[in-house]
Amino acid sequence: MKFRIYRYNPDTDTAPYMQDYELEIRHDDSTQGKMLLDALLMIKQQDDSLSLRKSCREGVCGSDAMNINGRNGLACITPLHTLKEPVELRPLPGLPVIRDLIVDMTQFFKQYHSVKPYLINNEPPPETERLQSPEQRAHLNGLYECILCGCCTTSCPSFWWNPDKFVGPAGLLQAYRFVADTRDQATSERLDDLEDPYRLFRCHTIMNCVDVCPKELNPTEAIGKIKDMMVKRMV
Amino acid sequence: MVSRVVVGAHYGLRDWLIQRITAVLMVLYIFAMTGYLLMQPVLGYDVWTALFSSLVVRTFTLLFLLALFYHAWVGVRDIVMDYVNSAAIRLVIHVLVILALIIYSIWSVEILWGM
Repeated sequence: MKFRIYRYNPDTDTAPYMQDYELEIRHDDSTQGKMLLDALLMIKQQDDSLSLRKSCREGVCGSDAMNINGRNGLACITPLHTLKEPVELRPLPGLPVIRDLIVDMTQFFKQYHSVKPYLINNEPPPETERLQSPEQRAHLNGLYECILCGCCTTSCPSFWWNPDKFVGPAGLLQAYRFVADTRDQATSERLDDLEDPYRLFRCHTIMNCVDVCPKELNPTEAIGKIKDMMVKRMV
Repeated sequence: MVSRVVVGAHYGLRDWLIQRITAVLMVLYIFAMTGYLLMQPVLGYDVWTALFSSLVVRTFTLLFLLALFYHAWVGVRDIVMDYVNSAAIRLVIHVLVILALIIYSIWSVEILWGM
């Protein structure tokens, strides 16, 4: 199987380049379960200078997000047999490259932190826990599952253009996760914070985020619900 | 990199909502107008003058044009915000666009009621 991988080592290279690799992988039943990450680790045995992030290798930690044949995804849950050859691998777009497939996610996490992704409730905590009805809890489905891999935000042209001002789909999904939480008391402050031409309204609903999310979440829908709440509050 | 980015202009929702409302207004006007014009067997000078002599048509045409201008203001401002980095130049462009749109509005009234 043929691979073309983006290589860049800031210590030795003046510019990034694409390097070709070939692996002996037969397309039969034994490779049906093989994922792209397995192939990358085999390549790393050939050439240990190739750098990438990985951890849980089962789509839970979100470390091995990368651009696979032009589309962001997690290498560990992308089956090899679904990929067209040569498999072109690049780092996540729109973020500074540290080395090879590793990007600097500082800006991504800065935006994530800016939405205060934690429960704000100033009442004294009850003896046991803050309760929700099953219906109230159901509102959080599709919001809390985000693993912060960065696939959605780095596929968003609005984030590429305004990474310092536009929160991006991952951050906005988390913003809505706390707006939708009945135990949170800072809803108005959260909406105030997003009521801005850049932070929320740079989203022009092109849905790249929904297209790439490896957990099949829907940040566009969450952004729409934030807008709904803002409209309800205004009229 | 600047560590502190100042955001929070608090007009995001208003302009976003107005852009949607003006879009609906424009679509309705375009459908109504196209429908009426397609129904005319002959489209001549008489049909056009008869159409625009009606106060209702003039009013809704003006409403359509004002909706178009506001819609364009939000869109053009978004583009300028994306591509012009200097705040001073951005402000100058914004003022010029606003002035142009106000002049277009006055001009539209003159065209519609000056016939």
